[in-house]
Amino acid sequence: MADNRKILTDEELESTKNVSENEEYSLNDDRRVKVLSPGAMVAKRFFRNRSAVFGIIVLILMFLFSFVGGMLSPYGESELFYREEFHQKEYASAVENKEFRYRGTDDFSAIIQAQMLLSINKGADSFEWMKETYTVVKEGEDLYTCLNSSGEMIGFGFKSIFNPAQQGAEPDLETLLAIQKAHAANQAGTFTAGGKTYTIDEDSNIFTESGEEFGYVSVYNVQPLMGDVFLSREFKEQVIEEIEAGVNEFVFTDVDGEEHEYKLEYVAANDRYTITQATATRVYDRYSAPSKEHPLGTDKNGMDVMTRLMYGGRVSLTIGFVVEILSTAIALVLGGISGYFGGWVDNLIMRIVDIFYCVPSMPILIIIGAAMDNASVPPKTRMIYLMLILGVLGWPGLARLIRGQILSLREQEFMTATEATGLSVKRRIFQHLIPNVIPQTIVSVTMGLGGTILTESSLSFLGLGVRFPFASWGNIINDINDTYVLQHYLFVWIPAGLLLLATVLAFNLVGDGLRDAFDPKMKR
Amino acid sequence: MNTLKYVVKRVLLSLVILFFVALIIYTIMRCLPTSYIENVARAKATQPNSKTYEEWMAQLTVSYGMDKGIISGFFVWLGQALQGNFGDSWQYTAPVLQKFSECIGISFWMSAISMVFEWLIAIPLGILAARKQYSKTDYTISITAIACMSLPTFFLIALLKLVFCIKLGWFDLIGVIGRDYAMLDPWHQFLDRAAHLVLPIFTLVLISIGSLMRYVRTNMLEVLNADYIRTARAKGLSESKVINKHAFRNTLIPLVTFLGGSLPGLFGGALFTETMYSIPGIGYYSYHAMSAGDIPFSMFYMTFSALLALLGNLLADILYAVVDPRVRVS
Repeated sequence: MADNRKILTDEELESTKNVSENEEYSLNDDRRVKVLSPGAMVAKRFFRNRSAVFGIIVLILMFLFSFVGGMLSPYGESELFYREEFHQKEYASAVENKEFRYRGTDDFSAIIQAQMLLSINKGADSFEWMKETYTVVKEGEDLYTCLNSSGEMIGFGFKSIFNPAQQGAEPDLETLLAIQKAHAANQAGTFTAGGKTYTIDEDSNIFTESGEEFGYVSVYNVQPLMGDVFLSREFKEQVIEEIEAGVNEFVFTDVDGEEHEYKLEYVAANDRYTITQATATRVYDRYSAPSKEHPLGTDKNGMDVMTRLMYGGRVSLTIGFVVEILSTAIALVLGGISGYFGGWVDNLIMRIVDIFYCVPSMPILIIIGAAMDNASVPPKTRMIYLMLILGVLGWPGLARLIRGQILSLREQEFMTATEATGLSVKRRIFQHLIPNVIPQTIVSVTMGLGGTILTESSLSFLGLGVRFPFASWGNIINDINDTYVLQHYLFVWIPAGLLLLATVLAFNLVGDGLRDAFDPKMKR
Repeated sequence: MNTLKYVVKRVLLSLVILFFVALIIYTIMRCLPTSYIENVARAKATQPNSKTYEEWMAQLTVSYGMDKGIISGFFVWLGQALQGNFGDSWQYTAPVLQKFSECIGISFWMSAISMVFEWLIAIPLGILAARKQYSKTDYTISITAIACMSLPTFFLIALLKLVFCIKLGWFDLIGVIGRDYAMLDPWHQFLDRAAHLVLPIFTLVLISIGSLMRYVRTNMLEVLNADYIRTARAKGLSESKVINKHAFRNTLIPLVTFLGGSLPGLFGGALFTETMYSIPGIGYYSYHAMSAGDIPFSMFYMTFSALLALLGNLLADILYAVVDPRVRVS
């Protein structure tokens, strides 16, 4: 077909001369003419095209990155990373008690308590209720006792709270009053109650006769905020001390000798002190910035972005190739049959091509993707379906091209020659027709690869293509649906987009270069 | 007469193709699990004192008209469609055509404006590249064109949003009207809408300008290599005359054909662009209808898209015959 020999240009002649200077050929010697096979000529034209060579280099790098990189990467495709996160958890709260609390006999009813509070606030020392007169006696600061008309003490009101050393060891009424009185006196000393003697120090710590701790009195009430925490007395005492000292942070050494850091904060809104503890929680290492371990940071699931990109490239390239091989196979067979046999076969196949050509592919893919979502198809099956659908939707254009080519090739002399030499139909098609449509097919496949990768990534971006846990460049960029990611975590989505762009661009450049190289009319 | 016969034949063929395309789409939609009805039934079944899921499914299948077989269902749909009734959209609970007429306007204007820009930019650049073939200008233009063709739409939109909406703060991230739209006077309302359409139109121009630029360049190159251009040059005509009069006019033939072919596409909407910018056009609504499994709306949209594609091909072929005198003679 094509003339295999190329007449050398002057320049090239010059160079051949230099190589074989001492050999002189006669003018009609075949060795004067450099013979290049058609393939070599195509390659020569192709490599002269700088942008195509650039495309090839990009593609090689991309393959290395995706297929070799995935193997070299120390992490797995969906390996999760964690980090310890310290945050201040609310641990306990301390409230200064500003309300009166009451203790008393059964006669000391809630109404009487209220009446007593009224008279305290008024500054009166007695009040009447139900025709009976009660006397209110101030025993000390914020400590009042209430006597009934017969002079018996029926109860008392106080603000400072007695915290017993042993849990649940509540003292009786008399002892409690004695403790409150001793506390109200605000100085160290001893007192007796119920036949026992107690000592009280300046910080209102109370000891029994034998020197055992009995409890302490404080105006602050310290309570745990977390459910499963028991606050030891030492802790409560220390909190009160720190509040009185006015510090913000303190270290508390617990019974086991472990030191814990606490922060003390006064919350004006509810008039209490909140004690927060720094606790470590193990969380997914989400959106961590690029570092030595993760060159491109981590994504929203706490996976290494670099590794995801490698596996994503693998997925995108594999899907591209499988889809193109599938649709090219269909196109070659149907286009070949159609072009070779012509007549009604050709008519039928071409009408099928027309129909498939008109089916809007993106909507179909979206609908099927959404349906698979609904049927919760497993991600792997989903990927296979995706390839099949893309392949089935992708063949009509190429089939039309091949049919046209074969139609015109069939009429050429070399085909008449094959018929005349009695070659079988199979041989005629596969040995003489198909090889002649290979160039167009290769160009179309190369350009198609870029297109397929774009379609796949668009679908994955919409969440209708390749799904988690599999990575795809499209679904990595999917994170930007959260505007915060779009704005702040550029390291997650920009590299994926650039890789995608570079790959598609490279396929298009190479396809373009191949088309020019295959075109015998090309002058350069 | 010949032309008329040809046109009639093509139209009839297109109708047959459209019929089969609709049938294929309908079959696919019906074969898939009807997610929409299932979801509605599931939601209704969870309400207190409700029927069971199966009972709801049975009732809803009948009331949504999904109880017929695929073939008979298709013919019922087709019969209604031929009378101009495409049913009620499930997702938007309104007649499909009413919804369509509401949202087609903005899609059309967006596509039309971006098409004008595309042509205004692509033609001069394509011609420039062809005139200076293999020069630096040519390489720059060609590679830019291929780069535009290779741009993933969603990535481009993300980049544009990052730069123009977030970093520069010139435009809103999504939507067609600003938050104080209702308080503006009509002129500023118009300006507000226009400002919201700048980025979408820019996106549309950028993603489709590449192929047009290459098309112009290829055709111009073909014309420039033709014999009559050599003749024109040999006659000693000035370069501007050769280019503008002899070459460009002949390039117009394929360009007009291309233009005619892409006119119907103006009504097709832009699925990705509209969805990502939340522009209430046909692309946006059909994306949401399709992902919700709304069969009437999806059927309409896909048949409509197929119709537009066929119409585009038809128009291109007819225009080719009309514009090029050489085709008419033969």
